[in-house]
Amino acid sequence: MQSSIAGWRRRLAYGAVTFSFLFLMSIVVLAQATTILNVSYDVARELYKDINPAFIADWKAKTGETLTVNQSHGGSSKQALSVIAGLDADVITMNQPPDIDILVTRGGLVAADWRKRFPHNATPYTTTSVFLVRKGNPKGIKDWDDLAKPGYQVIVPNPKTSGNGRYTYLAAWGYAFDKTKSEQVAREFVTKLFANVPVLDGGGRGATTTFTQRDVGDALVTFENEAIAISAELGTDKFEIVYPSISIDASAPVALVEKVIAKKGTAKVAGAYLEFLFSPAGQEIIAKHAYRPRDATVLAKFANRFPPIKTFDVEETLGSWADVQKKHFADGGIYDQIILKK
Amino acid sequence: MATAAVGLRAGAARFEANTATRDPVWVKGLVLFLGLAFFSLFLLLPLIAVFVEAFRRGWGVYIAALVEPDAVSAIKLTLLTAAIAVPLNLVFGIAVAWAITKFDFRGKQMLITFIDLPFSVSPVVAGLIYVLVFGAQGWFGPWLGEHGIKVIFAVPGIVLATVFVTFPFVARELIPLMQAQGRDEEEAALVLGASGWQMFRKVTLPNIKWALLYGVILCNARAMGEFGAVSVVSGHIRGLTNTMPLHVEILYNEYQFAAAFAVASLLATLALVTLAIKTYVEWKAAPSTPPAEAP
Repeated sequence: MQSSIAGWRRRLAYGAVTFSFLFLMSIVVLAQATTILNVSYDVARELYKDINPAFIADWKAKTGETLTVNQSHGGSSKQALSVIAGLDADVITMNQPPDIDILVTRGGLVAADWRKRFPHNATPYTTTSVFLVRKGNPKGIKDWDDLAKPGYQVIVPNPKTSGNGRYTYLAAWGYAFDKTKSEQVAREFVTKLFANVPVLDGGGRGATTTFTQRDVGDALVTFENEAIAISAELGTDKFEIVYPSISIDASAPVALVEKVIAKKGTAKVAGAYLEFLFSPAGQEIIAKHAYRPRDATVLAKFANRFPPIKTFDVEETLGSWADVQKKHFADGGIYDQIILKK
Repeated sequence: MATAAVGLRAGAARFEANTATRDPVWVKGLVLFLGLAFFSLFLLLPLIAVFVEAFRRGWGVYIAALVEPDAVSAIKLTLLTAAIAVPLNLVFGIAVAWAITKFDFRGKQMLITFIDLPFSVSPVVAGLIYVLVFGAQGWFGPWLGEHGIKVIFAVPGIVLATVFVTFPFVARELIPLMQAQGRDEEEAALVLGASGWQMFRKVTLPNIKWALLYGVILCNARAMGEFGAVSVVSGHIRGLTNTMPLHVEILYNEYQFAAAFAVASLLATLALVTLAIKTYVEWKAAPSTPPAEAP
């Protein structure tokens, strides 16, 4: 009896030693392969799930090196704050410049001239805000004007927490401003439009669920890629997309996180990863996910997917992002004022 | 808590035997109906829904969702986290319960209050505390960064947050029991010449083993299911720092409802197994302890 207990103990001790050894080994093995991390916004997950294997294959063919590309997704401002708090992102891919600018001002993680490091102001693709309506467009919604009419219900994600919602707000503002050149009229217009919003969801996906699953609202204003994805996912027989006369240019910026790549020694891989987004192969994947590619040839190939639409650029029309952020979305800004009035 | 069930049964029988304290049938029926209706509506129905949704698209999809690399890594991480957090809290829990029930010292009441802190603090706040302490801009962040040690947005942070959230379970189970048992038996053992370790192994441990096991089970259930605190410190890196609850959320947000519910059903199964073991422990513990109304 005694000896069997002793034997049992010995085996347990051996087991513990072996286990710890394996555990340590696995850490060492994990540390050896080159790994980069892409920290991104919420709805880009499907896109990068396809981009990553393509890039890994491309890099393997060019250098023979085996890579691991990890991805992390969440609300864009939350993701930016995580990077500031120490999430080791090699690259950051967002849907609005302020979420990258904050990494410049807080902690100096990104180079101040990040826009100049890659083509098209470091935006590999663009999309725009469009309307999704129920099949047959029963309320005859054609343009932004219709959304602001009394008796219409519009679903928009919260501009306070969502880049998608901010683009919608600015697109509506830009539409009214473009017509009249009067800030007063633009302000009254967005006031009327947001008075028609029954639920402000926290993010783009939440708004999609409200409109498609809970059947609330006559129109959903969201990114073109999300609208196309909904039609593909939930059936074209249920919804249709309406393109307004003018909308906003919602380009998605990307940047290298200099501090992290310097520490990890991954500058070359991380740079190649972002460059891959601009390559024809990367652009093709981007187009497949219903984002508008920058490459003219790829865009032409998918032309039937992307009807021409007139768009305006935020910085050209409304001033720098920092000013727009402060004027419209800061505490007590115009957005807060019009929501309070409601 | 394990002894309470026995006491309850004995108490109910005595209550029923006396006409003065017996309730009319309709009251009993109503209370029973309310209890059962509430139970089925709020507990049973969602549980069934999880399994129905999980199997909606068949066994193939269900199995595929569980063997997918990201899911496997989430399951592994969850088990690893529990495997580290539960033994740690087992040791901490016994140490704290021991200190509180066998020693007298200043600030004892304070310590008892602090044990409950993780129950009263929102898990999100618990996560944020670790970000503030270990984050790149936090107190120890710069030093950790220089030495290349990752705490938050890595496995250590997830384990830390889980340990914090699950800390009270073992201690809370042990303290009332050890308080009720007093120090007499330990003192007798010492007088008879037992060493400290012998006393603990042969006297204390047999006395507390069922309560200890019960605490460990609850601790384990929470460690595997914790969402809020872990979500804050995880960084959500697929295949690396996503635990099962986080993986469920991600799948759901990707419209992969069947896969999300498949992983959720596995989590629910783990919980049900835990409950089964808990019930077994209660049943096993019942005869060996005297009825609760004795003191």
